[in-house]
Amino acid sequence: MPSNTPSEVSVAYPRAVVRVGSTARNRRRVRIEEAVVRLFLFVCAFIGVLTTFAIVFILISESMHFFEKVSPMKFLTGTVWTPTFSNPSFGVLPLVLGTVLTSLIALLLAGPVGLITAVYLSEYASPRVRRVVKPTLEVLAGIPTVVYGYFALTFLTPLLQRFIPGLEGFNALSAGLVMGIMILPTIASLSEDALYAVPNSLRYASLALGATRFQTVWGVVVPAAMSGVSASFLLGVSRAVGETMIVAIAAGQQPNFTLNPLRAVETMTAYIVRITMGDTPHGSVEYRTIFAVGLLLFLITLALNLFSERVRQRYKGARL
Amino acid sequence: MMQVVSRAEWRARERRREHLFQVISACIVLLAITTLVVLLTKILLDGYARLNPQFFTSFPSRRAEQAGILPALVGSAYLLLLTAAIAIPIGVGAAIYLEEFAKRNWFTRLIEINITNLAGVPSVIYGLLGLQVFVRTLAMDRSLLAGACTMALLALPVIITAAREGLRVVPKSLRDGSLALGATQWQTVRYSVLPVAMPSILTGVILSLSRVIGETAPLLVVGAVVYIGTLPESVFSKFTVLPVQVYNWTTRPQHAFQENAAAGIIVLLLLLLTLNAVAIYLRNHFQKRLPI
Repeated sequence: MPSNTPSEVSVAYPRAVVRVGSTARNRRRVRIEEAVVRLFLFVCAFIGVLTTFAIVFILISESMHFFEKVSPMKFLTGTVWTPTFSNPSFGVLPLVLGTVLTSLIALLLAGPVGLITAVYLSEYASPRVRRVVKPTLEVLAGIPTVVYGYFALTFLTPLLQRFIPGLEGFNALSAGLVMGIMILPTIASLSEDALYAVPNSLRYASLALGATRFQTVWGVVVPAAMSGVSASFLLGVSRAVGETMIVAIAAGQQPNFTLNPLRAVETMTAYIVRITMGDTPHGSVEYRTIFAVGLLLFLITLALNLFSERVRQRYKGARL
Repeated sequence: MMQVVSRAEWRARERRREHLFQVISACIVLLAITTLVVLLTKILLDGYARLNPQFFTSFPSRRAEQAGILPALVGSAYLLLLTAAIAIPIGVGAAIYLEEFAKRNWFTRLIEINITNLAGVPSVIYGLLGLQVFVRTLAMDRSLLAGACTMALLALPVIITAAREGLRVVPKSLRDGSLALGATQWQTVRYSVLPVAMPSILTGVILSLSRVIGETAPLLVVGAVVYIGTLPESVFSKFTVLPVQVYNWTTRPQHAFQENAAAGIIVLLLLLLTLNAVAIYLRNHFQKRLPI
């Protein structure tokens, strides 16, 4: 998608006539209008803060009800997740492992590919190549995730099954790979920004010392941009952890306690969707599991985002 | 252990390495392009046969070849309009406050950090928020309105950021001129800043709203239904949207339904393309017309 900053600044002539005149009544009206508008605008801006409070409050209060019935220790360390069975077990680790597995596969694909794409775009590519690649990445970033899910299930899984015997119809591997494609634009464009911010003096100094271009890029430029690059990786992982549709469609919805990428797994997000789509009675323990799982998901992504922000700030401060 | 090599040999080796890296990276960049091409081709091939008038005018059905996307399409359109009606005033208002009114203090920082963090919250969490606040507490039930409110909250951080970018386009001299003539802050914004910034704000806002069209997870959680025999009559009606319909068809085991899903995806992507084209058109159109 194109950026929304116009290349030229356009200025219109103010069309409306502002009421002038300094009668006391007039001034009072203007002052009241000013105060009302200011209050309204402030409320608009404050809705964001309210949203955060609401999210935190709902997740915690509903989870509290859940933890009255199930001990947090059992929740966090149990390896069997069968909340809808008649003899339920509430160990969240299979969901966590499913999330970790798919996100890790996504990062293993999107990390190296994103970094190399960024290096290529910022250090090597001709303007013509950039004009093709950048819009491609933007289009990839704009494709709805349900479309990626369809692609993983109906194209990638059958394709991989030809080469990998024993690959289940729903599996972590193809869901993770497609998720990697999904987070690739994030990693590539943020890493490119970081590489771009490395001052040219560093490149010239390295080249003047007799280093080759390859040595300059990998020995000087990439290390100098390392914190920005790591920040982009962290943000990409956070996206992958929170991604829902790809895994709900292609990874299967079975909470297996496994790190085997060929098997079906269920992530935290996919579990939330599965339960809310079913007819679990409102207020029951299994209904409240979605808020406990949601709280865990929220905390994980928040930690990743904050960490990513910190890493990026450090690199801003260290700019030469 | 270091190895002594002649200068010519060293140079040749370095050149080979350089060359190899360029080839590898070109291949990798090609991978991204290839993936996009393969994805689009696959979907077109799967779905184009189902794109007939009947597909657009029918309700979902147990028989794949009789099923259509009418309620999903109408639902998506209503949801988009309703979300825009809720999110644009609030988002632009918040942007105006932050850009034009707010003092640079800790509280403003708090609001800004908050908006940044909200943009990183997984969309399925917004679904849980909507489920608890709109569907249950405010008793909107599984209605179009509940869906739109949820989507509005989800879209807000992006809209605010886009609208702020739009406001930054306006040069400071314009504000100073207005203020120097004795206009108040709001009069300056209303009569000088907004008319100039509107096109770029609108472009950014439409681009952010185009995400609403493709979102699935929060709507599944809030309760978009899949089987629906009527079109939504009011904001309190049950509803379904295009991506939810696509999800439902994708998860059916029968191949015929997956063709429907592919056809639905084609329509979805065309919708997205249209929205983006409108945004770009608006930007170009207004840029040319306004005097400098």
